[in-house]
Amino acid sequence: MAPVATPWFFYVLAGLAVASGVAVITRRNAVHSALALIVTLLSVAGLYLMLYAPFVFAVQLFVYAGGIMLLFLFVIMLVNIERSSKERRFNRMWPAGLVAACALMALFISAFVKGRTLFPDRMILLPESSNTQQIAGLLYGEPGRIGQYTFAFEIASLLLLVAILGAVIMTKKKI
Amino acid sequence: MVPITTFHYLVVAAALFVLGVIGVLTRRNVVIVLMSIELILNAVNLNLVAFSRMWGNLHGQVFSIFVTVDAAAEAAVGLGILIAFFRNKETINVDEIDLLKW
Repeated sequence: MAPVATPWFFYVLAGLAVASGVAVITRRNAVHSALALIVTLLSVAGLYLMLYAPFVFAVQLFVYAGGIMLLFLFVIMLVNIERSSKERRFNRMWPAGLVAACALMALFISAFVKGRTLFPDRMILLPESSNTQQIAGLLYGEPGRIGQYTFAFEIASLLLLVAILGAVIMTKKKI
Repeated sequence: MVPITTFHYLVVAAALFVLGVIGVLTRRNVVIVLMSIELILNAVNLNLVAFSRMWGNLHGQVFSIFVTVDAAAEAAVGLGILIAFFRNKETINVDEIDLLKW
């Protein structure tokens, strides 16, 4: 069945993502920036749903909007002393940074203008019901076979273990 | 209304990427720099999932799951470093973090 009202959903979600992205980098108060980042993450999750990726949508909600932003808010409350929300927002090197970012934007625009014909104009409708099963097949494998990304999955869990150890040791007063 | 193609998602991802780069390069508050890095990683994830839809297979989505896991680990360690630094020197301005300067 064809999706309903799809272009409006895309424009609303994309506009919300970019607008709250601007709010992330311009707010003086760090808590405002964190809340704007949560709005960005939620609208990008909505864009994932539009791309027929429900599993990535769920992972984004749980890990990013639920885990990482909670971590950021806790650290903001720990380290953000009150005077930092009354100081200047941009650092000493902000003209050089802005020039570099404009150069990057010019590069992207030239790549998009030149490569406009590379991308197909219609997107195929994928089934949504077997997305999680297929991702599980890629990550864990079929019965009797190892998956294509099982080794990378185990390395990723090792990476998380190392990150946990590093974060715990980093915040101890005496190692 | 023009149908939404892969190109539209790439433009949104590029816009988020440039906003994240501006945030990393120009802000004084270290926590906001780290949040801009998360913005960059989200732009990359959007790119990956859009291309996964374009090609019709799921490799892009699996890769984006790994990028998300990596972003979580990096955010945890980065914020741990920030807290450890804050304990030594009571500042979160990147202008004042200059112990390695000549």
